[in-house]
Amino acid sequence: MILNINGQQQTVDADPDTPLLYVLRGELGLNGAKYGCGLGQCGACTVLVDNRAAFSCITPVAVLADKRIVTLEGLGSADNPGPLQHAFIEEQAAQCGYCTAGMIMRAEGLLRRNNQPAEAEIRAAMQPNLCRCGTHMRILRAVRRAAAVIRKNAEAGQ
Amino acid sequence: MTALSRRALLAAGGALVVSVPLGGQAQTPASPPDTANLPGSLKGAPYLDAWIRIDSDGDITVFTGKAELGQGIKTALLQIAAEELSVRVGRPRLVTADTALTPNEGYTAGSHSLQDSGTAIRVAAAQVRQVLLQEAVAILQHPAGQLRLDDGAVVGPDGRRINYGALIPPGILHVVARPDTQLKAPASFIVISTNVPRVDIPAKATGGQAYVQDMRLPGMLHARVVRPPCQGSRLAGLDTGAVAAMAGVTQVVRDGDFLAVVARKEFQAIKAMRALAAAARWQAPEHALPRQAEIFTHLAGLPAQDIKVLDTRRPPGAAGRTLSARYTRAYQMHGSIGPSCAVAQLLDGVMTIWTHTQGVYPDRAAIAELLDMPPAQVRCIHVEGSGCYGHNGADDAAADAALIARAAPGQPVRLQWMREQENGWEPMGPAMASEVRASLDASGRIVDWDYAVWSNTHSTRPGNAGSLLAGQLLAKPFTPPPPKPIPMPEGGGDRNSIPLYALPSARVVYHFIPQMPLRVSAMRGLGAYMNVFSIESFIDELALAAGADPVAFRLRHLDDPRARAVVARAAEGFGWAGAKPAAGHGHGFAFARYKNLAAYCAVAVEIAVERETGRTRLVRAVAAVDAGQVVNPDGLRNQVEGAILQSSSWTLYESATFDAAGVTSLDWSSYPIMRFDAVPASVEVHVIDQPDAPFLGAGECGQGPAAAAVANAMAQATGKRLRDLPLTREKVKAAIGV
Repeated sequence: MILNINGQQQTVDADPDTPLLYVLRGELGLNGAKYGCGLGQCGACTVLVDNRAAFSCITPVAVLADKRIVTLEGLGSADNPGPLQHAFIEEQAAQCGYCTAGMIMRAEGLLRRNNQPAEAEIRAAMQPNLCRCGTHMRILRAVRRAAAVIRKNAEAGQ
Repeated sequence: MTALSRRALLAAGGALVVSVPLGGQAQTPASPPDTANLPGSLKGAPYLDAWIRIDSDGDITVFTGKAELGQGIKTALLQIAAEELSVRVGRPRLVTADTALTPNEGYTAGSHSLQDSGTAIRVAAAQVRQVLLQEAVAILQHPAGQLRLDDGAVVGPDGRRINYGALIPPGILHVVARPDTQLKAPASFIVISTNVPRVDIPAKATGGQAYVQDMRLPGMLHARVVRPPCQGSRLAGLDTGAVAAMAGVTQVVRDGDFLAVVARKEFQAIKAMRALAAAARWQAPEHALPRQAEIFTHLAGLPAQDIKVLDTRRPPGAAGRTLSARYTRAYQMHGSIGPSCAVAQLLDGVMTIWTHTQGVYPDRAAIAELLDMPPAQVRCIHVEGSGCYGHNGADDAAADAALIARAAPGQPVRLQWMREQENGWEPMGPAMASEVRASLDASGRIVDWDYAVWSNTHSTRPGNAGSLLAGQLLAKPFTPPPPKPIPMPEGGGDRNSIPLYALPSARVVYHFIPQMPLRVSAMRGLGAYMNVFSIESFIDELALAAGADPVAFRLRHLDDPRARAVVARAAEGFGWAGAKPAAGHGHGFAFARYKNLAAYCAVAVEIAVERETGRTRLVRAVAAVDAGQVVNPDGLRNQVEGAILQSSSWTLYESATFDAAGVTSLDWSSYPIMRFDAVPASVEVHVIDQPDAPFLGAGECGQGPAAAAVANAMAQATGKRLRDLPLTREKVKAAIGV
């Protein structure tokens, strides 16, 4: 089937019941989305589907035709990181970092619909994602920092 | 002076010069070098080129036997090497734990990495720097005092530069390190003690290959294991026909009760795993687990070995009041976000395993025994996984992958556990109990202290092949070694069981329980989490009885100036003096020096208790930490911040559940941990730097103090003392009688 991933049409060879996570990692060689629980309880696998954060571990590819999928790789690269990626690096918002990709995608979903979230809105939006190392304070700082950058960019663009 | 005689001079002090570099056919000296006086891990790997190598192009490689677990050790070790070698942090390449390449530094555990590996690399790099200078003296014809090192070159007063590569003839670094090596003075540090950004974070934030889970070798197959439904179940029947015919399946692997399936694609392996589980008939075990509600009674009834940890008892003086208390702690999980994973390949008679184990060498020994292969033909290479916080499923997954790869020779096999397998089979932090009794004199000083702790072992790490889950499942199973207590001063169940306070008369006893109803092992802090929770809770109970402020009461009993300094700094940063919590809020304080020999840490917290629900929320936390010479202050703060949040999660929410058959908390709804709605408004960590003092491990220093600070704040907020970990909202509600 054909999937739109990070702005590109990708032909993938997968059974329709295959969760998106395994197609991203196995067929397309993308590292961002991680297997954490397979149950939608931890958020390590988070990606955007039509601009909304989604658990790729429980989303079968069968329901994703005509949807726009964005993964961590779609936000930037180590040489040219996107605002959230840059903010996570600036704030050193990781220890092991296994949850980082999911955290960034969850926050991306928030900032795409609201680039001036209140603190409570950030925390509520991040609720589905787990961090075990306890880097939550840094993650929150990174989201606030990225939101400020995105707002500034938006103003500069007007 | 000829080069040869200069080298002979460098080799003075008992060192031996061997002409061939490590990795070649180096002539091993007839008698091993005397390493007793060498610091850190140099004792076990005394040659400079075990740690630092410089090739003829000037490329620098630093070697460590320690592994990156998310604690930032790669960056910290590169900082240390770069500082002493006078190069940019980005210049040296770092090779971490690999049985073919690096020194054997055992496990990356116990907050030892900077103390052991950091110290070794610092001394080795400093001595390499001296070799470089002395070689340059001869070539540049200027005294060493007129030369300077500049990012990979030695520069003379006339501006002439010689690349390090041109100064290092083969073999010159194959000399034994000297304990008296001159280190850089802290005042001249450029890299150490600065916030160098972590070298691993950019890849993790952008989707680079960062974990063993991300490895993709050509032709790699995907495997899943099927575990027995209960501990001790035996495989009574298996029809693999349907599974073998499934799309993509290449193989079913069975050896006794060890069961796995291999497929071309990962999700094919998962579907086949489910089918294989359904096709297996298991015979129920003869022994059931004890009832969870009775676990402490059950543990108390098991034979125990009584270990005298401390006995300075004297006839008691005029005691005023005597208090006593009992504390308990449930089984708790490491709960890594990424389930354990490994990649293995048997090629040309060598089994290579890429693993996130904490100990490549011990893991290699155990897996070699499991496979009946010589250790030299097994190579374990550390690749990062999800944070482990101790002995999780990493070693077991490595063994699983090796067994499966042996059955598919030549082909790389990637094996990852499922969430329910990680939760169901990881060795947990043991359930523990403690009892304490102490007396106060009329002036409010502790005059007598009696403490006892009950625990299983805190390490079932390999060990041997029997330490590995797979080893216990094979048709010819291996027997785990008998559990042993870890001796003090580090201790296991008795870690941090001796208070750092001045106590005129004290006894501490460790009742070590060998028999383990559930599989247990090392979890961040080992017994320190429970012992510090108990001691620091009880110190607050004593302070209350003495009518003293908890911080003042601690200071009254603390002689160590560094301990006093962290207590004072945390109290000051929190605004402890004169602070009155709002209604429903509580302030709590706690302190410990990890293992009584590593980092000092004091934590003050404010919590809020919602009376209707019993729900407790951490509002803010302020910590102070003294970890000796600090390498990366932000890295240290990150560790202590994380410790506070993780320990608060353990303390408020976490207890593994189990029934007669096994662990039942198999996902994040049955084993809830802290989520963003419970994250405090602020966490502040004050770092007290001690320039030039030895590195003190800090990775685990916050676990105990954070737990006790939360408990002490709850006692203030509710007027009730909770002593049974975790301090869940149900227990809070029951205590306050809502």
